[in-house]
Amino acid sequence: MHEVSLATALINLVHEQAAAARARRVTRLVLEIGTLSHVDAHALRFAVDVVALGGPAEGATLEILEPEGTAYCLDCETSVAIAARGASCPRCGGVKLLVQGGDEMRLKEMEVV
Amino acid sequence: MCGTCGCGQGDKRVEDLHPHQAHEHADGAHSHEHDHAHEHSHTHADGITHSHLHNHEHGHNHGHSHDAAAAGATRLVSVERHILAKNDAIAAENRRDLQATKTLALNLVSSPGSGKTALLVETLKRIGDKYPVAVIEGDQETTADADRIRATGAPAIQINTGKGCHLDADLVRTGMSRLGTPANGILFIENVGNLVCPAGFDLGEAHKVVIVSVTEGEDKPLKYSGMFAASGLMVVTKTDLLPHLDIDIDRLIDNARRINPTIGVLKLSAKTGEGMDRWIHWLETARALRLATD
Repeated sequence: MHEVSLATALINLVHEQAAAARARRVTRLVLEIGTLSHVDAHALRFAVDVVALGGPAEGATLEILEPEGTAYCLDCETSVAIAARGASCPRCGGVKLLVQGGDEMRLKEMEVV
Repeated sequence: MCGTCGCGQGDKRVEDLHPHQAHEHADGAHSHEHDHAHEHSHTHADGITHSHLHNHEHGHNHGHSHDAAAAGATRLVSVERHILAKNDAIAAENRRDLQATKTLALNLVSSPGSGKTALLVETLKRIGDKYPVAVIEGDQETTADADRIRATGAPAIQINTGKGCHLDADLVRTGMSRLGTPANGILFIENVGNLVCPAGFDLGEAHKVVIVSVTEGEDKPLKYSGMFAASGLMVVTKTDLLPHLDIDIDRLIDNARRINPTIGVLKLSAKTGEGMDRWIHWLETARALRLATD
């Protein structure tokens, strides 16, 4: 259900942007879904296909970029890459990490005709 | 989506506090059959106007074309926008209205059965006659929770999300317009019991407060990290049950801090009242901050 809500919001945004660009059809969508975001890329892919049916983005190729998680370690005062929230600092083993990136959910660009 | 007539969404309902026969659409009788997305506002008999988006699919193809489309050339359009930009924009409007009326809004999130409603009922008994309070109750079905809240004398409105697993900013906006914002007081928004989706949907609140009962185990913050990362305060409920459980409450707190080093923690039992004073103190401090700042 969650991914369907997101897909609906995404397709609404796509329709809006397509109309503004006076596009007839949307052939490709490029999304950024960070690895730390609460979105399952597989479920989102399925939901987008379904929600786009009958509209200008029906059948569009969905490209999902998955930026890695980055965090600032309060112990060693360094920016580090992390695989999941709650992970320890790979440099010093500290557990006080502030997430800086990798939680994106963005429509980056789209290819239109 | 339309929180009033449900068009476009089907199963989402915001409780009607002033039942009326029919509602008038400001743009006349709109057809649900036409096939393009548009936004419009409509006014109810009770004077409340709200706008919403109809997401009608756009399926027709014209033979004529313009510009680059004439040659059938593909173009790249840079968008760079958050997928929930629309929700975030409505949340920003909610936040502005709450700021203007100096209302502290709290988004209470948890698993089902954490004791959110019991905590709210006990809270309202303690503060309900001191300053304005109101409650927006989110649940998939039934008005049971709003009924429990109203029994304390506090104004409440139920939003049923149907199959939806979270409240969104537009539903809360409709709820706020029907219920009215408790100026200079506290608006509690009790989200749908779910530790996943509500993390991503800003409602316009000042803080998310995540509520975890001691029966849920120490690993909740690690399993549902998004919610703990998004919350400013964790309230551990049902501490009266601790003698019967093996839970290591310090580990629960360590895990929460591992996800969010700046999260605040309170422990309480709504049943025995243990820890309730500190929670009320937290609420009053947060309210004082809201009153003190623009």
